[in-house]
Amino acid sequence: MENQWFTISVYSENNVGLLNRISGIFLKRHINIESLNVSKSEIEQVSKFTIVVFTTEDWTRKIVGQIEKQIEVIKAFYHTDDETIYQESALFKIASALLFDERQIQNIIKESNSQIVTVSRDFFVLAKTGRRHEIDEMHDALEPFGILQFVRSGRITVTKEAMPITQLLEESIK
Amino acid sequence: METLNAQKPTKNNNIAMKITGAEAIIHCLLAEGVDLIYGYPGGAIMPVYDELYKFQDKLTHILTRHEQGATHAAQGYARVSGRVGVAMATSGPGATNLVTGLADAQIDSTPMVCITGQVPRHLLGSDAFQETDIVGISTPVTKWNYQITKASEIPEIMAKAFYIAKSGRPGPVLVDITKNAQFDELDFTYEKCTKVRSYNPVPKPDLESIKAAAELINNAKKPYIVWGQGVILGKAEEELKALIEKAGIPAAWTIMGESAIPTSHPLNVGMVGMHGNYGPNVLTNECDLLLAIGMRFDDRVTGSLDTYAKQANVVHFEIDPAEINKNVKADVAVLGNAKDTLAALLPFVKENSHDAWHKEFDKKYEEEFKTVIENDIHPTKPGLTMGEVIEEINIAAKNKAVIVTDVGQHQMIACRYAKFEQSKSNITSGGLGTMGFALPAAIGAKQGAPEREVVAIIGDGGYQMTIQELGVIFQHQIPVKIVVLNNDHLGMVRQWQELFFDKRYASTVMVNPDFVKIAEGYHIEAKSVSKREDLKSAVEEMISSDKPYFLEVKVEKEDNVFPMIPSGASVSDIRLK
Repeated sequence: MENQWFTISVYSENNVGLLNRISGIFLKRHINIESLNVSKSEIEQVSKFTIVVFTTEDWTRKIVGQIEKQIEVIKAFYHTDDETIYQESALFKIASALLFDERQIQNIIKESNSQIVTVSRDFFVLAKTGRRHEIDEMHDALEPFGILQFVRSGRITVTKEAMPITQLLEESIK
Repeated sequence: METLNAQKPTKNNNIAMKITGAEAIIHCLLAEGVDLIYGYPGGAIMPVYDELYKFQDKLTHILTRHEQGATHAAQGYARVSGRVGVAMATSGPGATNLVTGLADAQIDSTPMVCITGQVPRHLLGSDAFQETDIVGISTPVTKWNYQITKASEIPEIMAKAFYIAKSGRPGPVLVDITKNAQFDELDFTYEKCTKVRSYNPVPKPDLESIKAAAELINNAKKPYIVWGQGVILGKAEEELKALIEKAGIPAAWTIMGESAIPTSHPLNVGMVGMHGNYGPNVLTNECDLLLAIGMRFDDRVTGSLDTYAKQANVVHFEIDPAEINKNVKADVAVLGNAKDTLAALLPFVKENSHDAWHKEFDKKYEEEFKTVIENDIHPTKPGLTMGEVIEEINIAAKNKAVIVTDVGQHQMIACRYAKFEQSKSNITSGGLGTMGFALPAAIGAKQGAPEREVVAIIGDGGYQMTIQELGVIFQHQIPVKIVVLNNDHLGMVRQWQELFFDKRYASTVMVNPDFVKIAEGYHIEAKSVSKREDLKSAVEEMISSDKPYFLEVKVEKEDNVFPMIPSGASVSDIRLK
């Protein structure tokens, strides 16, 4: 089986220590977490981990089984890129002088559909939301001019199909 | 949630009483039916020990000589009784000494609750004296763990700990309690936990998969069962026996499943795995249907997965969905408790007898008997064999003893040759292979089943890993029988060195002390035998004693355990010599 990108979505109780438990499952199998995001979910008091891995479907399925087995995990799923709508966010901090000295920068801002978050005397900050490759392209375009700081978030994902979490939770409470 | 009307400390059903966290822990244990715990005191758990002192008429605490011993004793107790074993330790080194036992209980699915003291909340993260992050350390080896930092959390978390430890696929739970939470007061009421919303311990059996399994069984020419500990944990012994008998299916066991069906049952064909029986291994690759019941296809069972039962349809009866397709792909997966799924399966299964197929197991057994078994249990060579010692124990104890084994050659020989009539009788460290397990586990087993004969069979290596627990046996006069099969070597490693490392015996020779004197130092009656003519009477004397008894048997130094599937080889390539 070939390696491919999978997004693992984990719905869980919001408990200290669960991240350690989940990351241990990847560590034990030498599978790198390419991206990780933890936030609240559509259900009150339920957290959502979004984990991106590059591995085989067989490994992904086994990992999801082990994750779901953890007491505080309500449900875990995995999806291919085709099955999800996904985005990442990035911030670029750039010297303000460049905005005036390098005409090309203004074009990059326009073409990349990014927003200027703040401008000060010394630097300005660009925010870009999109697919990984779009952020990479913008990074590559800006890099020759000098990037003071760069950061990219973990992937966030919603699935095209329905996620029956609310229903599962109601069943388990019965 | 089921509310318990604890008689104490609630004076009536509605009014909670203010008590300290430490006292609350005792009431939680009592409410869970615990009357025996193993442990070792220390600074951060002292408030709880102070309460144990006050409640000693209701709750017995056994002071093991090392915290690891407390975990294995709790495991032995749990495995033989089906109840939750409880171990307690202080923070820091007390807590880290529990880790081996936790890992052992995790991999062998043993219900256990470990309680550790922790430094006061305000000192957490300050590298305080005897502070260690035991929740972090124990995470990969626990089913669940939690750090209590407020007294008010105690009842709910303790209830959850017991529920999680014993429900579904059982496992160890660790509850770490900061010292301030032990001292502080709370309004105590106790409700047993019966549900955790994010946790589904027993998947609902699906009738379609049960029917599909039945159809495969009814159409199979050479069906074969391999069962594991899931049968024992699920109390499914009778259901398994009914299936085997109705469908006439030869059935073999993993070492964790041993004793679920009596050894003498005609369809019990023996042990699978690296040192298992010849037929059960070889015929795995000749059956047309493999029914795996409450077992997890450990590598020591399957050998090379690339050549394991490839010709067969596989039906996997399993409580833990994560085990399905983990190692061996199942054509049909039947999720649920084996007791429920086997009972549901039975009406769909047609009566059958596969006599010709069963005879193939007999033929293979005869081959193994001539080449291996006869020489193991009725040897003619001068040195004593481990096999003949086990056979003498079978005879003297009339196949009724609980056999507790450690890890290594003696363990494989004991699992191969011990005979059982009753379930929950083979207590061993299967998945983790923990040397030092047997002596403390035997203490727990005897206390968990006081009416039964408990015989610990241990090698000279493993014995010295937890030998200090003789102190517990002496202090509490726990009448376990201890047999050390002494070959002055770490026998299994030596065997591998002989077979696979050109006889380079690196660090496997042991110069041993006088084990009889050590036992006598603890005032335990002790004997050593090295001659065949002395063996029978010595074993009889040991079994007929109603006190703790130590028997050393000096066995042949360089015997090997056969049959053997070399590591990574196929079950078909099992070697008889």
